[in-house]
Amino acid sequence: MALVTPWRFAARLNAIGLHPWSKRLLFGLMLLPALLLVAAVALDQLGANPAQALVRRTGDWTLRTLCLVLALTPLRVGLQLTALARWRRMLGLFVYFYATLHLLSYAWLDMGFELTDIAHDIPKRPFILVGFTAYLILAVLAVTSPGWMVRLMGGKTWRRLHQLVYVVAGLALLHFFWMRAGKNDFAEVGLYALIISLLLGWRLVRAVKFDKKPR
Amino acid sequence: MLIKSDFQGFSHPLSSDITPLSVYQSRRRMIRLMASGVAGAALASWAGREALAQPWLPPGKQAALPSVKSAVAGALSLDKVTDYKDASGYNNFYEFGTDKTDPAQYAQALNTHPWQVEIEGLVKKPGRYALEDLLKLSAQEERIYRLRCVEGWSMVIPWVGYSLSALIRKVEPLGSAKYVEFVTLADPKTMPGVRSRVLDWPYVEGLRLDEAMHPLTLLAFGMYGEVLPKQSGAPLRLVVPWKYGFKSAKSLAKIRFTETQPQTAWNKAAAQEYGFYSNVNPAVDHPRWSQATERRIGEDGLFAKKRKTLMFNGYEAQVGQLYAGMDLKRYF
Repeated sequence: MALVTPWRFAARLNAIGLHPWSKRLLFGLMLLPALLLVAAVALDQLGANPAQALVRRTGDWTLRTLCLVLALTPLRVGLQLTALARWRRMLGLFVYFYATLHLLSYAWLDMGFELTDIAHDIPKRPFILVGFTAYLILAVLAVTSPGWMVRLMGGKTWRRLHQLVYVVAGLALLHFFWMRAGKNDFAEVGLYALIISLLLGWRLVRAVKFDKKPR
Repeated sequence: MLIKSDFQGFSHPLSSDITPLSVYQSRRRMIRLMASGVAGAALASWAGREALAQPWLPPGKQAALPSVKSAVAGALSLDKVTDYKDASGYNNFYEFGTDKTDPAQYAQALNTHPWQVEIEGLVKKPGRYALEDLLKLSAQEERIYRLRCVEGWSMVIPWVGYSLSALIRKVEPLGSAKYVEFVTLADPKTMPGVRSRVLDWPYVEGLRLDEAMHPLTLLAFGMYGEVLPKQSGAPLRLVVPWKYGFKSAKSLAKIRFTETQPQTAWNKAAAQEYGFYSNVNPAVDHPRWSQATERRIGEDGLFAKKRKTLMFNGYEAQVGQLYAGMDLKRYF
């Protein structure tokens, strides 16, 4: 291993990450779960209750994508993979994409697009309210994602606003926890909670360290 | 598999008496064809009635369990019967895992032979009742019931069994008995879910004695003309069609007669979500979802609107009087 120092390893990974095709490949990979779900619907492979399966699986993919996007900064800083910064916006938009599919499956398949029923449902059930709040925040982040928006808002304000993704992570976990609470089935919720708290904890530790340095 | 003998309560017809499945099925197909008008209008009305008489085919996967049509009011729903594939492949039976496909996958390890049910508590004739004797206690009837799961989906299942009241009368409850508690099997060796802490095992359900005595309350031994598949609660289970599905306890091990209301498994796990009564009621929502509508498995398409849930799952005419004057929002 003496020949491949960590630095050289990172440089090599960065070179791959900077290749124009890497982002296209990532785009295809991130789209794959959605395509597979569409195929599963078409081939009737979602079991006896396909509507519920769709709502659940789109929810799963929202959480997974959220974990990925939160992992970018720790990986970038920790392993000096600067190339990862190029993927941040696209991955963030994929979180919004899967959250939209999740909301659509609920509104369409579960509620039959009855807008009045949905409007009644949201405030009545804390679990839905929490999920919907998270979605609204994601929508704001998605709308403000283009580069010209960053320039318009100013980097500092924009960054502050986009730190709301941490709130989204907390709300998404709470939403998932509540969904599983009725069955006392917390294994999966615990796994996501562990991943997300590690990723947010890393940021917290870093923030405290930076705070102590003289400015 | 074991070969069941007369001694064990299974009487076999001579093989020459059995209509070959292909002949049986082709006859059904003929009847259906006629019903759809292919063979002339005169025959069609007769054939239509005949086709309706048994709207499903025995799947041929388990031992046959012959039955007569039930004469109990409301016992033969005219709704389209759910496919056996869905009824035996999409199950909640947490002893085998929380995923809907877990029971079909893992329940085959369940040992249902020999089986006995312990009757205890406030009865004149407590004791252990062997499955073979229970099978013969009363005539096996076909009952086509709607099944409404608390999760918001439903099926229509042709059960085979008899009214639980037949067994209750036989064991003669004392005057002090007010409730019936059902304790189901919890065997960590064959049931992987029992090692998890999703619920307090064994799974316990309960009914008020008058609910248990209602003729619609079924002690089921089979479905679709055959003995129960293991994932559906073999060898015998409860079916209470006007209550959410989890009230219909599977693989019964004990039936206990008590004076006080039993502590049921789901009520213990989440009292604010699952009441003792758990009658199907579109007006009382689950804290996390609406109970006003349901999706009929295998029938309502993916993009179809869900159907309205009926009060007492459509059995209000038969069971409504059991709850006269009760506040069903409080006693949910």
